[in-house]
Amino acid sequence: MSVRVQNEDFDVGAESRALQADNVGAIALFVGTVRGMSSDQGVTAMTLEHYPGMTEQELDRIEAEAMSRWPLENVTIIHRVGRLVAGDQIVLVAAASAHRQAAFDAAQFIMDFLKTDAPFWKAEERGDVTSWVDARQSDTSALDKWKT
Amino acid sequence: MSSTTITLRYFAWMREHTGTDLETVTLEANVKTVGDLIPHLVARSSGHALALKNLRAVRVAVNRTYGDLDTAIVAGGEVAFFPPVTGG
Repeated sequence: MSVRVQNEDFDVGAESRALQADNVGAIALFVGTVRGMSSDQGVTAMTLEHYPGMTEQELDRIEAEAMSRWPLENVTIIHRVGRLVAGDQIVLVAAASAHRQAAFDAAQFIMDFLKTDAPFWKAEERGDVTSWVDARQSDTSALDKWKT
Repeated sequence: MSSTTITLRYFAWMREHTGTDLETVTLEANVKTVGDLIPHLVARSSGHALALKNLRAVRVAVNRTYGDLDTAIVAGGEVAFFPPVTGG
């Protein structure tokens, strides 16, 4: 298990290899990237802010919740902060399990809760204009599928 | 008269409105919850008032755990105000 909040980029291949193990048969990886100019109304860059201490604690909590719901062997969550430009990697969630369904479901669960609970805020740049991104109702609605 | 010292944190547009990311306030001991704290913060500056104008647009954490207006605050604690999160 690991949670990292960092300025530096990450290597998806290296992170995946780090989860390979004798009892692992499936590694599900999700990578979120900065949508650029053509697809999102001219976003050229964004700056991500977080709450040091609380952000890591919330990610740990979400990871522990996933571990309790699925038979996971390992989980990695990496989230970048600072200024990122279009196309850059923002977030990696990797879930390793004996079988694929647990890995797929856990990765999606972690992303859904990261979106609504982990203290990160994006300010988008469009040319010279910087504006804070509003939270989306669809992110909150996405949690409904995990209610049991 | 006993008093309560609390560290306040603000993030994203709340930080910009208040003009600070961290400040400490000393309050009378009858300030027991986040809700009790709000009027004292609103009185600090017009920027604070603007940041806290619509409390439904604000989330609060007490000692780095999500809370609400009824959450108790204790001397030496940390109370953070921020907009709904937008990471990922």
